[in-house]
Amino acid sequence: MKKLINGAGSVVTDALRGIAAAHPGLRVDPENRIVLRASGPRPGKVALVSGGGSGHEPLHGGFVGYGMLDAACPGEVFTSPVPDQVIEASTAAHGGAGVLHVVKNYTGDVLNFRMAAELCAEEGLEVASVLVDDDVAVLDSLHTAGRRGTGATVFVEKIAGALAETGAPLAEVARVAREVNARSRSFGVALSACTAPAAGKPTFELSEAEVELGIGIHGEPGRSRSAMRGARELAGAAVEAIDEDQPVSGDVLVMLNGMGGTPLIELYVAFAEVAGHLADRGARVVRSLVGNYVTSLDMQGFSVTVCHLTDELTRLWDAPVETPALRWGR
Amino acid sequence: MDADFFVAWIEEAARSVRDRKDELTRLDAAIGDADHGSNLDRGFTEAVKALGDRRPGTPGAVLALVGNTLIRKVGGASGPLYGTAFREAGKALGEAPEVSAGDLAGALAAGVDAVRRLGSAAEGDKTMVDALAPAAEALAEAVRAAPESPGAAVAEGRGPAGALEAAAAAALKGAQATIPMQARKGRASYLGPRSVGHQDPGAASAALIVRALCTVAAR
Repeated sequence: MKKLINGAGSVVTDALRGIAAAHPGLRVDPENRIVLRASGPRPGKVALVSGGGSGHEPLHGGFVGYGMLDAACPGEVFTSPVPDQVIEASTAAHGGAGVLHVVKNYTGDVLNFRMAAELCAEEGLEVASVLVDDDVAVLDSLHTAGRRGTGATVFVEKIAGALAETGAPLAEVARVAREVNARSRSFGVALSACTAPAAGKPTFELSEAEVELGIGIHGEPGRSRSAMRGARELAGAAVEAIDEDQPVSGDVLVMLNGMGGTPLIELYVAFAEVAGHLADRGARVVRSLVGNYVTSLDMQGFSVTVCHLTDELTRLWDAPVETPALRWGR
Repeated sequence: MDADFFVAWIEEAARSVRDRKDELTRLDAAIGDADHGSNLDRGFTEAVKALGDRRPGTPGAVLALVGNTLIRKVGGASGPLYGTAFREAGKALGEAPEVSAGDLAGALAAGVDAVRRLGSAAEGDKTMVDALAPAAEALAEAVRAAPESPGAAVAEGRGPAGALEAAAAAALKGAQATIPMQARKGRASYLGPRSVGHQDPGAASAALIVRALCTVAAR
């Protein structure tokens, strides 16, 4: 598998150097792997800090900026960051009003953020955490690691970030973040596996005639494999899985997310079908996002995330944002 | 067993993880995200480096430094889990300059308990606990069966080697026993029934690390 890299060992650092060169609005520390707003912490504003494995770009570094995150800590490819990164990012982003950690529900992310939060608390930093777990492909149970955090992370970071800009207190920002997560559901479909630079070959084999349903964002196989079908049927499978878990209705915000290796034209083909299936079920798509936002390296495929909006959430979604990957209204 | 013995253990574990890196990654690719081998290799390489930079004087301090390094450098779930296991094992050994096989059995048990707590994992969940718990039990059992002379640290190569052989065998057996299990913790749990038929990579690496202990004791 050909990769546009200098070497598998330096991919994350090299990419961070590129992010630094491309986005003067960010302050990037490639060595310690932290992405901050160049403008520094704003006194009295709750700081939003997120992070996770690399390979999901633009998540999370691409969402640092006005109206969204204050800091991001990228780990190795598909590996959560270490507590040191999270502590340093939290300390650097802290504006005196507390820090909200946005954590995707994976064992590694949860453990590393928890250790970091405990150490931050020992140093007198007020930290709250919100766990994102929107993926309906994973059956939630007390006896498993629980649902994965996937596409809803973008909604949580955007909407909670907008509220934080208004000067809302930590408890309020955390409440809205949790509400967005509770109102959001996702489902992903892979047309191919992805290839991690260090592994050099695809994480699983998928023939031309097959798709994986219910994939996560780390190249892990999904819950089941089925015959390759057209966009209408695949979009239908995703909407049906979401609807079974949380019946779709009313005004919804929908993200049709590309996994990294699927062209935008196909994502729009899929979005048309998703919108149709949602309309058939009585939901109204009032806000949408189509593109590569929570990727899985070069995986071909897409995920659908549906968030049931309220007036407050719609207003916060519409609020200005200025980050490398999302920008409007400013 | 003194600080040098424990440093030698970590060096041997690092060597073993490096040699089997691709195999661990292959196991992880089947039911996880294909990075267990490279992550552990990175972590143990850093641990060996840290021990070289600042060699601690007691077995407890060696394990504490290894644990802290793994927490700081590895990431993922295995960093905090292995890191905490080594830290808690180190704490259990206290500040003694030499420790017995019985002390080590206690430390291993403390390490396993820490992993159980932090990962909310029990035996049968298809995790590293499935290799570590039987190893700790086998070591404790072997020490009970051949009690050491009171107060004396057992000379290297005699008592501990046999007890540690039992622990390494139990860890390997435990790791292999994860193959038919359905994962209930960690990333493999997302696969549900599809996780059956694959060895858990964390249990496999745990067995390697316990085996390294035995290899060093037999020298």
